[in-house]
Amino acid sequence: MHLQILSAALFCIGVYGVLAKRNAVLILMGIELMLNAVNINLIGFAVFSDPQGMLGQIIAIFVITVAAAEVGLALAIILRLYRKRSSVNVDELDIMKW
Amino acid sequence: MVGTRNMVHAILFLLGSLIGVAGIYVLVFAEFLALVQILIYGGGIIIVLLFALMLTKRDEFHGRMENAQWPLAAIASLGLFVLITASIFADPQSGFEKPIHANFTEIGRSLFTKWAIPFEIASLILLIALIGAIVIARSGEED
Repeated sequence: MHLQILSAALFCIGVYGVLAKRNAVLILMGIELMLNAVNINLIGFAVFSDPQGMLGQIIAIFVITVAAAEVGLALAIILRLYRKRSSVNVDELDIMKW
Repeated sequence: MVGTRNMVHAILFLLGSLIGVAGIYVLVFAEFLALVQILIYGGGIIIVLLFALMLTKRDEFHGRMENAQWPLAAIASLGLFVLITASIFADPQSGFEKPIHANFTEIGRSLFTKWAIPFEIASLILLIALIGAIVIARSGEED
């Protein structure tokens, strides 16, 4: 239960970071926090309700893998964006608005 | 992490909190995951974030970090926290079992037998992400 509350707190800090920050790198960091919160939740439930099985740990490993892939792709997108617009401020990226 | 004005400090605080998460994994006897966490996050993702920060360097580092909707975002995240906490307290878990030691051998064996296909798919995802990152980052040079 403590792990769940900690996970909720971490997730909400990540949500705030994603919603309120202007810099794309900081938004990426907020997403990392949210993924970590999900992992804590998975591990908490896996360890305390299924002590024999490895299910939670293995799924958490896959989540970490996907997080690593996501960070690499996001770095490439941010670099491309910076080269094109010379800014990583997400408030100025409104070319898909109409 | 979300409160500081200096972005390098923000990334270092993120590293601190990720290592704290690794400590929590140690506390619940998931040592392998703690190791993976420190290796991948501390060794990989923080470095990648620092690279992203340095390659997009601008002189607005110390300026305003929040956009105009930050009070709304604060209210939304606080409300989400209250909602999740209330739902946790509304249905409290009972009858915790004592966690057992999940050793590396068991994890490796089940990763390569029972979870072999997701493992291969994960490696494929990493390969696709690698190639995609190279393509996205390079193709800007022509136009």
